[in-house]
Amino acid sequence: MKALITTIVEPLVDHPEDIKVVEKEEPNKMVYHLTVNPEDVGKVIGKNGRIAKSIRTVVYAAGTNTKKRIYLDIM
Amino acid sequence: MKQVTASGQTVNDAVQSALQQLNTTEDQVHIDIIDEGKKGMFGLFGAKRAIVKVTIKEDPIDQAKIYLKQIAHSFSNDVDVDVKRDGQNIRFDLSGEKIAMIIGKRGQTLNAIQHLVQVMLNRHTNEHFRIIIDAEGYRERRQATLEQLAQRLADKAIKIKKHVALEPMPSYERKIIHSILQDNHEVETYSDGKEPNRHVVIKPLL
Repeated sequence: MKALITTIVEPLVDHPEDIKVVEKEEPNKMVYHLTVNPEDVGKVIGKNGRIAKSIRTVVYAAGTNTKKRIYLDIM
Repeated sequence: MKQVTASGQTVNDAVQSALQQLNTTEDQVHIDIIDEGKKGMFGLFGAKRAIVKVTIKEDPIDQAKIYLKQIAHSFSNDVDVDVKRDGQNIRFDLSGEKIAMIIGKRGQTLNAIQHLVQVMLNRHTNEHFRIIIDAEGYRERRQATLEQLAQRLADKAIKIKKHVALEPMPSYERKIIHSILQDNHEVETYSDGKEPNRHVVIKPLL
């Protein structure tokens, strides 16, 4: 799952080396905390959060066959 | 961008050596000759090696295809991507097992993937590409569904003499609804709300 998040975000930013995904397990869900270079924040959020929404839709859909619910936290 | 600088006895030798290092072929690269080199006397005195800089040309559409494939493979390893290009319009067709997972409820996952690929592709080029990602004929089936839905809701709007709002849809799906009801003179259609909640409203004319 971490790999998928990185794969999705990598071509969207100017500083792919600054992408960080931190995984945290909570009782009912897996939380992934995504951080990117401050200059790239807008690029992963998009106008009205459209890009962030698309990233979440894809990640959640890919996570349906995992045991726990997934939550993606951006920045 | 991947590039190497290589040298050889002749320009051709240098290019070949660079191609080998990059593991590619001549039609995939851009070649800059830095020094043509000199043969020298009897190949001994004053000989200078030829130096070239070889850069791999990155085709944005290929990049997009790889990107799409990587995303699709997180759902199922058995997904193929077929690309068709017609000017600025590019069509990606996904096929394979578990395609329903990739489409998602009312195509929301497919639409999200399409949006990401669109953003990614247009970030790397100056051209503006319009893309469509389809999976096992989903878009056509959706069109048929939308046609039925539009007719049904138009009838309803006429019957109850009130505006009927549809659920939010992406622009090309709204366009389908508008164009279907264009020929129906008893109703008018318009879009209301802001993306991503923009939706079609059908208004009875009487």
